[in-house]
Amino acid sequence: MLLNASGCLDALTAPDTALQLDAFVTKTVTPLPRGGNAPVRIAETDVGMLNSIGLANPGRDGFLRDVLPRLRALGLPLWVSVGGFSAREYAETCAQLEDVTIELNLSCPNVDEAPESAAEIVAACRAATALPLFAKLSPASWDVAAVARAVEAAGADGLSLVNTIRGLALDAQLRPILGTTTGGVSGPALKPIALAAVHACSRATSLPIVGMGGVRTGRDALELVAAGAHAAALGTVLFADPSAPARIREELSAELAARGLSSLDEACGAAHDPALPVGKHLDLESRV
Amino acid sequence: MPRRDRLTVRGREVVGPYVLLRLEGGPLEPGLPGQFFMLEAPGRLLPRPMSLCLAPAGELAFLIDPIGPGTQALCSLEPGDAIHVLGPLGNGFRLDVARPLLVGGGIGIAPLPYLSEHLGGPPAVLGFRSDWHAEAAALLPQAEVVVEPRLVTELIEPGRDVLACGPEPMLEAVRALSPDAQLAWEAPMACGYGACYGCAVEIDGRWKRLCVEGPVLQAAA
Repeated sequence: MLLNASGCLDALTAPDTALQLDAFVTKTVTPLPRGGNAPVRIAETDVGMLNSIGLANPGRDGFLRDVLPRLRALGLPLWVSVGGFSAREYAETCAQLEDVTIELNLSCPNVDEAPESAAEIVAACRAATALPLFAKLSPASWDVAAVARAVEAAGADGLSLVNTIRGLALDAQLRPILGTTTGGVSGPALKPIALAAVHACSRATSLPIVGMGGVRTGRDALELVAAGAHAAALGTVLFADPSAPARIREELSAELAARGLSSLDEACGAAHDPALPVGKHLDLESRV
Repeated sequence: MPRRDRLTVRGREVVGPYVLLRLEGGPLEPGLPGQFFMLEAPGRLLPRPMSLCLAPAGELAFLIDPIGPGTQALCSLEPGDAIHVLGPLGNGFRLDVARPLLVGGGIGIAPLPYLSEHLGGPPAVLGFRSDWHAEAAALLPQAEVVVEPRLVTELIEPGRDVLACGPEPMLEAVRALSPDAQLAWEAPMACGYGACYGCAVEIDGRWKRLCVEGPVLQAAA
């Protein structure tokens, strides 16, 4: 299953790209409209990119009135990314949604955080809705598996791993490129970080995981699945190539076929299988 | 959906400090003047937005200022190399103007040769920071040219339908002189098709994504 990472695609301006996905994840919706952060908002680095968009969105009311009906018309399963600046704000938005999966953006590096912990926000949202709740976690915490266990205990139905991680890029004059100084790192630089988070959280919880971070190819998506993800989401790669979902889906099918696997489920968690590393190890030894 | 295809480099011409990169157009349409394309920059993660400079038969040509790693990679392409190109994108200039005057500054002259063709070679005024940069004026032979410290705004006569592209201070100055001017803006942009929100600019209290609502905006809008 392929999704987009929240904030990396506008299904209304690029429906042909969205329709290559199995579900569309919206940009994060906050209670009030937000114009977003002052420019400059994006910077390329040697190993990825930084963004500091700042959760630009039309606000909850504008989203429900103007955006959601048009998204529904696309006929794709919808995931609504919900943000806020307190647990109550998250919960109030969740309470107004119907017939979607909710992804709680608990980890945007470009705006102020809610004072409550991720688990407290999840608990408040759990009390407000029966819809599926995925908690999108930051890879910046020292022990993301502990956060995953806490949000599972608080009632999350799944995990989205990972959000961007804070970074800085300097221009030729050694000044920060971004208007907000720092931004969220995405792209290839994020892939090993995402893999580690998915791997750790899939051991720590029984929750389904959407893996994301630096997926550019079918092989990248397969690696996230092998680390324990049940689905993969595409982010930065969409910026370079609006036809990336179709290409990555084909590559993923070829990767599975080459391994004699008939579905993604068969590959899920393969990186945890002790037989694989041991077998490789023995092969290497036998060559010595 | 705008088309994305792999286009072959036909040639590369040095124009002062700039490079005119000529690609075989393949199946991509040139679009309207002021529209732009996302050009894959070899070795870089993100493509680079470039407005179309010229479109002789079967060709798309882009004027590029090699100021960073992406534009330098594009300017280093050799004939026979191929890159992915997406486009045409965004909104170009409106062409229903009675007394057009093209105004360009620096690398901002890039979309004007193609625009000039569509408008039948109207008067044009171009400003550059040095004589070396002003060599690019050869792309628009009818143009009147000034070099700093003279400014292009000195040459804008009243009553003209101004179509302008250049650095932001120039566009602001043009807007002050000519409130109805059509201005082509620029901002860093990751995707070019409305996905990243990186190119949003606040204009008169409203945030606009330049890639889908621009890059050409009516000055007074």
